[in-house]
Amino acid sequence: MITVDNLTVSYRQHPALHHISGRFAPGSLTAVIGPNGSGKSTLLKSIMGLVKPSGGRIQVQAARQRIAFLPQLSEIDRSFPMLVQDAVLLGAWGALGAFGGVDSAWLARAQAAIQAVGLQGFEARPVGTLSSGQFQRVLFARLIVQDADLVLLDEPFAALDSRTTESLLTLIHQWHAQGRTVVAVLHDDAQVQAHFEHTVLLARELVAWGPTVQVLTEAHLQRARLLAEAWDDQAELCHADELPTGAA
Amino acid sequence: MNETSSVWDLLIGPFAEFAFMRRALVSTLALAVSAAPLGVFLTLRRMSLLGDALTHAVLPGVALGFMLFGLSLPAMALGGVVSGLLVAAIAGVVSRATALKEDASLAAMYLLALAVGVTMISRQGSQLDLLHILFGSALGVDEQGLLLVAGVASVSVLTLAVFYRGFVLETFDPSFLAAAAVSKGSRPWVWQQLFLMLVVINLVAGFQTLGTLMAVGLMMLPAVSARLWHESLPAQLFNASVQAAIAGVAGLLLSYHLDTPSGPTIIGCAGVLYLLSLLVSPGGWLPQILKRPHRVA
Repeated sequence: MITVDNLTVSYRQHPALHHISGRFAPGSLTAVIGPNGSGKSTLLKSIMGLVKPSGGRIQVQAARQRIAFLPQLSEIDRSFPMLVQDAVLLGAWGALGAFGGVDSAWLARAQAAIQAVGLQGFEARPVGTLSSGQFQRVLFARLIVQDADLVLLDEPFAALDSRTTESLLTLIHQWHAQGRTVVAVLHDDAQVQAHFEHTVLLARELVAWGPTVQVLTEAHLQRARLLAEAWDDQAELCHADELPTGAA
Repeated sequence: MNETSSVWDLLIGPFAEFAFMRRALVSTLALAVSAAPLGVFLTLRRMSLLGDALTHAVLPGVALGFMLFGLSLPAMALGGVVSGLLVAAIAGVVSRATALKEDASLAAMYLLALAVGVTMISRQGSQLDLLHILFGSALGVDEQGLLLVAGVASVSVLTLAVFYRGFVLETFDPSFLAAAAVSKGSRPWVWQQLFLMLVVINLVAGFQTLGTLMAVGLMMLPAVSARLWHESLPAQLFNASVQAAIAGVAGLLLSYHLDTPSGPTIIGCAGVLYLLSLLVSPGGWLPQILKRPHRVA
């Protein structure tokens, strides 16, 4: 589904991701974990094409409009006068664009999505009156309407109570069962262990990528912590790409 | 004098009697309908001050039109639109290509534009001309000006209606739009530039009626007030237009009867509506201090 080939992304010459390679298989369910500043969000944004790699490349084998991306909550202004139903219907943007008509089939899809996240009765409420957990459910309902083959989630459970988290995890499992590819940035190791088959452990460098049981070892986590602390303003320029073939 | 005739004299007479008052009325109403909803979008983007910045951005073009063709409306309007759009576009390019955010790059650009504009005007025109450009006069709108304002208002309202969904999405959740745009290979900043274009043409139309500085007032004041009244966007947009129209009519009448400058009087009326909204609207001050009983659920 996604092939990451020697990917480097840097901000002001400092790498946020440093020579990362790996592959997300079609239909896989993968967690991306790592300390703060380890490049997790950057990896998702690179897959989306929202940030430019400074080296290497990413290939995505999915129709481009079949990719859904849920950024971190903080990027949306919830005081916006938007009704829950309209916010969910925005998931049809990829299919309908700016001018396509919303017919009863789309309304039914939105309604079904609202029910799937347990928000029935909230359709006509402004999003500003929702709690953050309820609002995250709205965004998940929008993802359902998007009906994507590849779903990228950036910290979808940050600041949510355990009940909301559980019900949204159930949704993710449903997507997985339907054969969609899901990649989620997460913080909670126990959650990853319980729910995700595959894990990518980042610390700007790739620490480990594979089945969760093999990735979540004390040795790997220790190494991730050490790497994350090693930000150096005076670091030398990286010459990995200039080495003979296959060295990266 | 009986009562009907005095009400007539106060409210209708000035418009019935004088063609310049009718032209002022039509152009102000047209501007109210088209500019105020844009103001609501600006407040939602937390760019309430952008209109102000863009009026300054418009200035060098207006000045250039004035220098080359004198007090010619089409020349000054065209110049204003071009320089406003240029400033917005350059600021957009800078913010996409560098680490600067949109507001910072726009601030830099409009200040430069303002410096250029003031320099040009002071070298060429007298103080009086500068005042005319900056503060305009609704009472001086001629037929040409009326056509400009009406044309701009029509284009602006229709564009807003046709592209509404995109504008809403770009304001509500720009990162979602950006992600969708990357997926489709389209460019999300087109929405922003199109929106800024609407703001610029409304400001340029407004400089004839109200003056460049006052044009922002009719765009922003009713918009800010409208946000206090409703929780849905269409209602806010409609409310803003209505408030702007009320301010326009009241301001024209007041300026006629009290012999005050029309632009500032109109904005003053919008300000009174703003104060009222601050006090009595659902989002205002009074409902917050009145301890109304709460419901059980």
